[in-house]
Amino acid sequence: MGLLLDSHRRRALARLLLRLNTPLCVVSYLAGVFWFLGLAFSPLTQNTYISENAMGSTMVEEQFEGGEHALNFARDFTAQRRKTGSLPVAWLERTMRSVGLEVYSQSFSRTLPFPDETHERYMVSGTNVYGILRAPRAASTESLVLVVPSSPETLNAQAVGLLLSLAAYFRSQIYWAKDIIFLVTEHDLLGTEAWLEAYHDVNITGMQSSALQGRAGAIQAAVALELNSDVVTSLDVAVEGLNGQLPNLDLLNLFHAFCQKEALLCTLQGKLQHSDWASLGGSLHGLQTLMLMVLRQASGRPHGPHGLFLRYHVEAITLRGINSFRQYKYDMTAVGKTLEGMFRKLNNLLERLHQSYFFYLLPSLSRFVSIGLYMPAIGFLLFIPGLKALELWVKLNKADFGPEEQLGPNHSLVQPFGQDARGVALTPLVAPVLISQATGLALYLLPVMGQHVAAQHFPVAEAEAVVLTLLAIYVAGLALPHSTHRVVSSTPRGPDSGWMALKLVALLYLAIQLGCISLFNFSLGFLLAVTMVPAAALTQPSGPRFLYAVLLVLVSPGATLLGSLFLWRELQEAPLTLAEGWQLFLSALAQGVLDHHLYGALLFPLLSLGLYPCWLLFWNVLFWK
Amino acid sequence: MLSKCVVDCPELCLAYLTSFPSPSVWQDQAEQLFKSGHTNNWAVLVCTSRFWFNYRHVANTLSVYRSVKRLGIPDSHIVLMLADDMACNPRNPKPATVFSHKNMELNVYGDDVEVDYRSYEVTVENFLRVLTGRVPPSAPRSKRLLSDDRSNVLIYMTGHGGNGFLKFQDSEEITNVELADAFEQMWQKRRYHEMLFIIDTCQGASMYERFYSPNVMALASSQVGEDSLSHQPDLAIGVHLMDRYTFYVLEFLEEIHPASQANMNDLFQVCPKSLCVSTPGHRTDLFQRNPQNVLITDFFGSVRKVELTTETVSLKPDLSSMGYSHLKCHEDEELAEPLSYAAQLPVAQIIHQKPKPKEWHPPGGFILGLWALILMVFFKTYGIKHMKYVF
Repeated sequence: MGLLLDSHRRRALARLLLRLNTPLCVVSYLAGVFWFLGLAFSPLTQNTYISENAMGSTMVEEQFEGGEHALNFARDFTAQRRKTGSLPVAWLERTMRSVGLEVYSQSFSRTLPFPDETHERYMVSGTNVYGILRAPRAASTESLVLVVPSSPETLNAQAVGLLLSLAAYFRSQIYWAKDIIFLVTEHDLLGTEAWLEAYHDVNITGMQSSALQGRAGAIQAAVALELNSDVVTSLDVAVEGLNGQLPNLDLLNLFHAFCQKEALLCTLQGKLQHSDWASLGGSLHGLQTLMLMVLRQASGRPHGPHGLFLRYHVEAITLRGINSFRQYKYDMTAVGKTLEGMFRKLNNLLERLHQSYFFYLLPSLSRFVSIGLYMPAIGFLLFIPGLKALELWVKLNKADFGPEEQLGPNHSLVQPFGQDARGVALTPLVAPVLISQATGLALYLLPVMGQHVAAQHFPVAEAEAVVLTLLAIYVAGLALPHSTHRVVSSTPRGPDSGWMALKLVALLYLAIQLGCISLFNFSLGFLLAVTMVPAAALTQPSGPRFLYAVLLVLVSPGATLLGSLFLWRELQEAPLTLAEGWQLFLSALAQGVLDHHLYGALLFPLLSLGLYPCWLLFWNVLFWK
Repeated sequence: MLSKCVVDCPELCLAYLTSFPSPSVWQDQAEQLFKSGHTNNWAVLVCTSRFWFNYRHVANTLSVYRSVKRLGIPDSHIVLMLADDMACNPRNPKPATVFSHKNMELNVYGDDVEVDYRSYEVTVENFLRVLTGRVPPSAPRSKRLLSDDRSNVLIYMTGHGGNGFLKFQDSEEITNVELADAFEQMWQKRRYHEMLFIIDTCQGASMYERFYSPNVMALASSQVGEDSLSHQPDLAIGVHLMDRYTFYVLEFLEEIHPASQANMNDLFQVCPKSLCVSTPGHRTDLFQRNPQNVLITDFFGSVRKVELTTETVSLKPDLSSMGYSHLKCHEDEELAEPLSYAAQLPVAQIIHQKPKPKEWHPPGGFILGLWALILMVFFKTYGIKHMKYVF
């Protein structure tokens, strides 16, 4: 007979599994954590290189000299902005036309679901202005975009000036094979989203935007620029996009190649590049940078306009100019030359960037970890719920076999297919699952829907009402086990099988969710797995209940968010006090809900509709009577 | 020498010999005139790459085209196959030009380039059809290789290649076996007298490994396992302009003029490893003549050998009444019967001169094992007593 059909062998296997389960889980967890920590060290990282043949190894001599011109434009822009109070549309149109571009503008408006405290806006309306440089000898089938987001807080005047100066320079060249779109957006990310939706003729976030009059073909690549000072000491690059999507690594490699050529100081995650990678210090520095990238990717926010381009399969990065207290400064000409070189290289592309990696982690600008090397970390972690579920399944079936084993070893047992009637009873589980899911749904819908009601009854503003409702429902879920016990019927067989069945279902649910999340956003999946999996595996009604309860609360999605905020600021060497941390946490909650409604970020629905109900199931298991 | 002369063109030779009083001087000059044995030159120049970043392959081909035209081969005898998307590429900062030298000293595109197979017409099928002559009836004259058995053909190929293959325009490949077979078809259809094959790609030597037709000399820019490198980038245009091997070949060719006496050995010395980084290779075992006696202009130029004389030459129509006892024509008997084309040249002696000694290997383990198994099974089943019936 086969290995699994023979009852003797099955029992032997089951005994083996039960005996080895705990050590195997511990080993697996440690393996996953150490694999992740080892990602910054040499055998798992590779040097970056440009994979696209068309972008090649040859550099051109950059001849951009319009640094002063850019600063003049910037000063004019600032003056005009102050005069009009919002984006000086007429001036921008006039200037772009004088430079020689085809100018169009687009107006958009959006009422936010609730007022945004950080940006201080509620009903937003604005205008985007863009100019198209047509390729002199090519059909307008492909285009590149240079986008500068301008908002009331960050004017990006110097970036606008550089954009206009570059446009003037590019206009006099004849070697462009793709159109170049110079885009200035208002209200930064909102304007960019409006423009992108109108360009691709879709409406996915409920933005009201006017149709675009002028288009330039399929966008191959985009560069977003943020400059707020006349001189810069370094250029910071941001790659993480909406929902943790990343641009093709070749675009980052291109930027890095030009950093090296122009001898610019380039940073990643605000951190300088360590000079020696083989040493321990270098690797630890890389680990720090890697952790920052993981935290930013896990948050799923678009960290710049480039994050919104990625959804439309347009590779994009954001370059930020930082002006710190260093001695050596770079002027606009140097930054302009870098951009000129990048655009000239992108001009040589024949197809979209696809040769290099789309999934990677960056310990530094010159090293990366590819998906094949970092996935085993989460594989090890997700092995644990699977093992635990198997153990529970075996225990549940053993509980049925227990009395029959005393009948004698020769008693033939029924084939496995008939076991469902005697194995896990699923009907008592329906109630907890449904109630948890309903709580999750309430967590997702009620805060935004009920903000006006809450604001009426309590002396809080709408934004605070949303956040407080969120917290209230979250905490109210903790009290559920007491109220739902009346609904849950006691099970006919063994006293333990009820919670074991629930835990089995919860473990499988957790494993599937985390697995699916880690497929498109490894960082989020890993972060949640590293916290939730051990607590989920350990939870049981017997034993030190209070300890388990504390552990479970500490790993709940909300607490993970709080903890990761502290960790993030700690890694950036700007640690938070508890009060500051709490304030940041509250604003992060509000931003998360807003991001979901404004740009379609998935963190809020995933946590509220997916992970929170799962966590509630474990909470129910813990307080099983 | 003289015997060869008699074999090739008996009538003229005899006319020469009988008309002039001093045979030795004229014998030497006659030898000179018919030394190489060809009467016309053809060139097939192929660039197998397209796209802007393969600018250098087009520049390579066009440079060889220019040299070949300068040395005398007319456009009607050149089949040029190019993707031709460089000069008018929107990315070209100098439209309508293709430069082969940094600082844009030399525009090889010019205004008199005649591209015969352009853009997507450069395919393996078209290339083989050109070589073997199997073009459709509608193909214009400029797209045909109308060579005969007295033509010297120069074939130059450049692009991206590997061990045993050459990539055509990113969509197909030609293997060295195919190329060798195409040359054999050319030989059997009397489509060339002698052929020079030059290839400038990575691992180029693998392309001439399989040749087996006579009178083919081959040069390659790199050995198997080596890459051919490009020469110099131009910072204004933004691409590499030429490959190293062709660059140095071109430098060499620029010093050749139509009356030059430089021979093939000089061409073999072009681009040593110090300049080229890769090791150029050549193959002359299929070629009948000594490379030292082969002039560069035999392949790259189209030299018309003309002798001016003020003497009148009277050609007697009847050969049999001539008395030529003062010379010995050893091949009298052979002149009587017409020789087939292939039999004129003792190919067998050229190619199979040194039969490769076939090394004896002990019978393979598999065969031994198989027989051992069969024997074991037989004896196990039927017992050892049956052995006496076997022996």
